[in-house]
Amino acid sequence: METIVAEINNLKKSFGNNDVLKDISLKIKKGENLVVLGKSGSGKSVLIKCLVGLIEPDEGKVVLLGENIPELKIEKLNLLRKKVGFLFQSAALYDSMTVRENLEFPLRDLKSKPKKEIDQLVEEALRNVGLEDVIDKMPSELSGGMRKRVGLARTLILKPEIILYDEPTTGLDPITSKEISNLILDIQKKYNTASIIITHDMECARITANRMVILKNGTLITEGTFKELSESKDEWIHSFFK
Amino acid sequence: MSIEIKVKDKVNKEAENNFSENSFVKPLKDFFEEMTLLTKFAFRFFKEVVKPPYEFNEFVKQSYLIGYKSFPLVAITGLIMGLVLTIQSRPTLAQFGAESWLPAMVAVSIVREIGPVITALIFAGKVGSGIGAELASMKVTEQIDAMEVSGINPFKYLVVTRIISATFMLPILVVAANAISLYGAYIGVNIEGNVSFLLFFSQVFEKLSFTDVFPAIIKTFFFGFAVALISCYKGYNSNKGTEGVGKAANSAVVFSSLLIFILDMVAVQLTSLFSK
Repeated sequence: METIVAEINNLKKSFGNNDVLKDISLKIKKGENLVVLGKSGSGKSVLIKCLVGLIEPDEGKVVLLGENIPELKIEKLNLLRKKVGFLFQSAALYDSMTVRENLEFPLRDLKSKPKKEIDQLVEEALRNVGLEDVIDKMPSELSGGMRKRVGLARTLILKPEIILYDEPTTGLDPITSKEISNLILDIQKKYNTASIIITHDMECARITANRMVILKNGTLITEGTFKELSESKDEWIHSFFK
Repeated sequence: MSIEIKVKDKVNKEAENNFSENSFVKPLKDFFEEMTLLTKFAFRFFKEVVKPPYEFNEFVKQSYLIGYKSFPLVAITGLIMGLVLTIQSRPTLAQFGAESWLPAMVAVSIVREIGPVITALIFAGKVGSGIGAELASMKVTEQIDAMEVSGINPFKYLVVTRIISATFMLPILVVAANAISLYGAYIGVNIEGNVSFLLFFSQVFEKLSFTDVFPAIIKTFFFGFAVALISCYKGYNSNKGTEGVGKAANSAVVFSSLLIFILDMVAVQLTSLFSK
């Protein structure tokens, strides 16, 4: 039987009069890459921010690794967040810290671990993204692609069970975008993580998706594999694949 | 005809609503909303400050950045302050034949009022704008969200440490600024006169009493707290992208400076009340 790691039921979220998410229901299985496709401003980022409790939903259930997020107390939520990785659109590296310090930051609670072991974890995470030589650099010295990779390494350091990618290839050239997409695939294979990938980069979706959903005006309008959706008769859906 | 009157009435009513909304009610409403949020922010600080885990390393780092890094600016300002005050006061005192009172008068002015307030204003300009801009840019670039999803409390890590550091660093800076300022006054006295270092400082300490020094130092803890609280609040709650970063830095300095004067006024009233 397939394990469900995240489940969203009848999720609603509005900002003022703007209904961003209207009755969204979704399930993600262990080891699955789910791509959420949609136009800019369709509520994709709001959806994954609701999943980690960064945005509180107005209605509905958001169950992550068996826990209903809106009902969790902050202490429990923080413990649960250690099992979830989040790659931000801008990578969100801490400007005032070196790459090493950025990667060590999520490990701060593991005070019992010796320094040597933490160093090994940092080096392993950077090796996974092919960037061992930037360990002592500042984020401002890195290119856009390198920042995304370091962001991904920071996400991986706690060996999360679910990774949420918020437009991982936005602002990158096609070659670097492909490298990041392949990296997402490698991580899925190596760690058997479940991932939700928010994107409108069709090449990224083609490489990474096991399953895709399309969000339009706050509602999920369809679901299927990349091949199924690319052959859709619906003009609007088909326009993504042109 | 009746349609015309109805349209005119509607236009007048809308104009009236807009007038009251824009000119009086809205700014007042915004002000009270802002005060409510600031009070909530302050309460959150007092709640989080006592709750473990304590971010001691970050507190030390912020104390270094806020205190040690501000020292050169505060020192130069202090020296000039003492020097200028002495040079400016001399002619007036000379008119009354009270030149010998110069060290004592300058010392009381510096220690009681000018030292704490000017240093706090310099501190608000340097540290307040820095905190406001740094936290706002962290917010815009999702670094605060990244901290939150790592399971780390960003309020405790970023806000609590900065507020505590500023609260304890400003009094130290004020004491240093006062000392340097008095040395500046000693130089100022000796531009036109010949007063020994020992005589100058014995006159200074003879006239300074506990009620001059103690309340002046106590109020600087409140100045430091107010500067950091306002700056953290403005930065942490900033929005509107990069425009918000500039606004946060600007309003952090403006509101901190204003609050310094308000707190100073309250402190002076309380001091005179208790020293009677």
